Amino acid sequence: MPLEKLTFNYSQGDNTLSVKFNGAWQIFTKIPPVSEATSQFSVHPDIKIIILDTTELSAWDSSLVVFLYKLIKECQGRNIEVRYNNPPEGMEKIIALTLTRTDIKIPPKTAVTDTFLEKVGEGFIGMGQGLFILLDFLGEIVQAFGRLIMGKAYFRKDEFMLLLQRCGVNALGLVSLISLLVGVILAFVGAMQLKLFGAQIYIADIVGIAMVRVMGAVMTGILMSGRTGASFAAELGIMQTNEEIDALKTLGVDPVEFLVIPRILALVIMMPLLTLYANLMGMLGGFVISVSMLNLNPVEYINHTQAAVKMSNLWVGLAHSIVFGIIIAISGCLRGIRCERSASGVGEATTSAVVTAITAIVIATAVITFICQVLGV
Amino acid sequence: MGIPVKAIIEVRNLDLSYDDYMVMRNLNFTVNKGETFIIMGGSGCGKSTLLKVLIGLKEPEKGQVFYNGEDFWAADYSRQQEMMRGFGVLYQSGALWSSLTVGENVALPLQLYSSLNASQIRDLVELKLSLVSLDGCADLYPVELSGGMRKRAGLARALALDPDIIFFDEPSAGLDPMSAKMLDDLIIQLREDLGSTIVVVTHELASIFAVGNNAIFLDDQSKTMIASGNPKDLLDNSKDPKVIQFLTRGRR
Repeated sequence: MPLEKLTFNYSQGDNTLSVKFNGAWQIFTKIPPVSEATSQFSVHPDIKIIILDTTELSAWDSSLVVFLYKLIKECQGRNIEVRYNNPPEGMEKIIALTLTRTDIKIPPKTAVTDTFLEKVGEGFIGMGQGLFILLDFLGEIVQAFGRLIMGKAYFRKDEFMLLLQRCGVNALGLVSLISLLVGVILAFVGAMQLKLFGAQIYIADIVGIAMVRVMGAVMTGILMSGRTGASFAAELGIMQTNEEIDALKTLGVDPVEFLVIPRILALVIMMPLLTLYANLMGMLGGFVISVSMLNLNPVEYINHTQAAVKMSNLWVGLAHSIVFGIIIAISGCLRGIRCERSASGVGEATTSAVVTAITAIVIATAVITFICQVLGV
Repeated sequence: MGIPVKAIIEVRNLDLSYDDYMVMRNLNFTVNKGETFIIMGGSGCGKSTLLKVLIGLKEPEKGQVFYNGEDFWAADYSRQQEMMRGFGVLYQSGALWSSLTVGENVALPLQLYSSLNASQIRDLVELKLSLVSLDGCADLYPVELSGGMRKRAGLARALALDPDIIFFDEPSAGLDPMSAKMLDDLIIQLREDLGSTIVVVTHELASIFAVGNNAIFLDDQSKTMIASGNPKDLLDNSKDPKVIQFLTRGRR
């Protein structure tokens, strides 16, 4: 049985409580709660003096200081005098230091609102501000484009070529894999239903039209949001954090003109090309599965595809891709350039860029589909 | 407007805020041509916010900043941009554009605004880099440089367009004593050899006494400027306990 860490000895005559600390009082040993000592105050309500006896203490660290700090605070509140008996070297000084607090003035924070109506109101105000920031940014982009068209903007050709490579060529591998698999999935899903009617050959129509009209563009858009949109946000966010964007501004250079315009242009040029490529890969995926596993005739499959996919489908798909390119570049650049100057700020900017882009892509797809329906395209 | 010709920057009744929190009220001071002007004060007193207002990155709550008699914040955007080309700024981190080499960093301002051809720009970049003792580093990327070298490269970029005023944001922050001393010597050299006007934001005592010939002291408690003048004179003559405590590191 180890020795009790705390023992109390109350002397009625002079109203003195002796608190004896035994053994090791350290962070890695088990120590009793302060309430064990403060409970003595209710047992002996007439205590005048408390003696902290550390004669038997074998080792101590901050855990003892915290214990004593709380106990002494309690004693001060009750007007009980505190005396030390044989305190270890330095302990008294540390306790005195913890007892003298220097309060730092912190500017008052705005009150936290949590009623339902306030939350709704704040949400709307936030949305309004977000919209305002977006419109402001769009305005800056239009102005910068104007300067570019007038030949007044500074445009770095080498950097632009590098961006084209990053947005286009470097994404080919990922786009190939995903589009191919989307084609395969479409073929399998189509086959399950069409087999019931013995009309498997219409898989060619389903895969062809779905890929060219919408799926190629949507899949490329989602991939590029995660790949390029995120990288734009992170890149510009880190430039913001490192004061690189400030350095551009003090040079009298508009960061939108210098950093955002080339990125939008690069993505708007590359998205349709990537989409065309994704269409081809998707149809190839469907073709391979149909011929190898569903036993369709390859020539018949190709003829069906040619007959089903109209040029209008292709134009609709390419229109999607251009809109998606603009959406991805703008959300990536906006989040990056407005990034908070911290590591977590860059992380939030990146996440927000991807989420905004993907949400906007889905909404844009719905809108374009609706418009096409109305126009009968 | 009655501003003496010698004054290159004149600040009048300036109020500064940071995140909707008022940090400084009613600042008035003048920076004269050819002097090294120190903005000093403890951490969080608003030095960096003041610098942002001076270099055109942040609009003040209230008040005016005149450059050679022209009100910066009343000018339109394109005029502001033109005026900003007359500033060279050395940021605390150096703020070199990380996708460009050191040489390209220094060359970019020249490509943007000078009418020099490529080989002339190359020569000028070499000159600016040798001015900050970074000869032969033009082809390195910022990540390949040490902290001190990055700041010197940032200074070379700040000097690219031969600015009228050079601003330094905490030049010795994060540098070893030797690199800090080297940067101080560069500042002195810039003033003496090129006659540049220099504005330094710092709380480094060694730098303050080594380079400064005029200074203001910002106090975060009273949210105002509590002293101005030559730092050495302030040390000898100031009666303000906060100024004395700051300039003697609390030893007096």
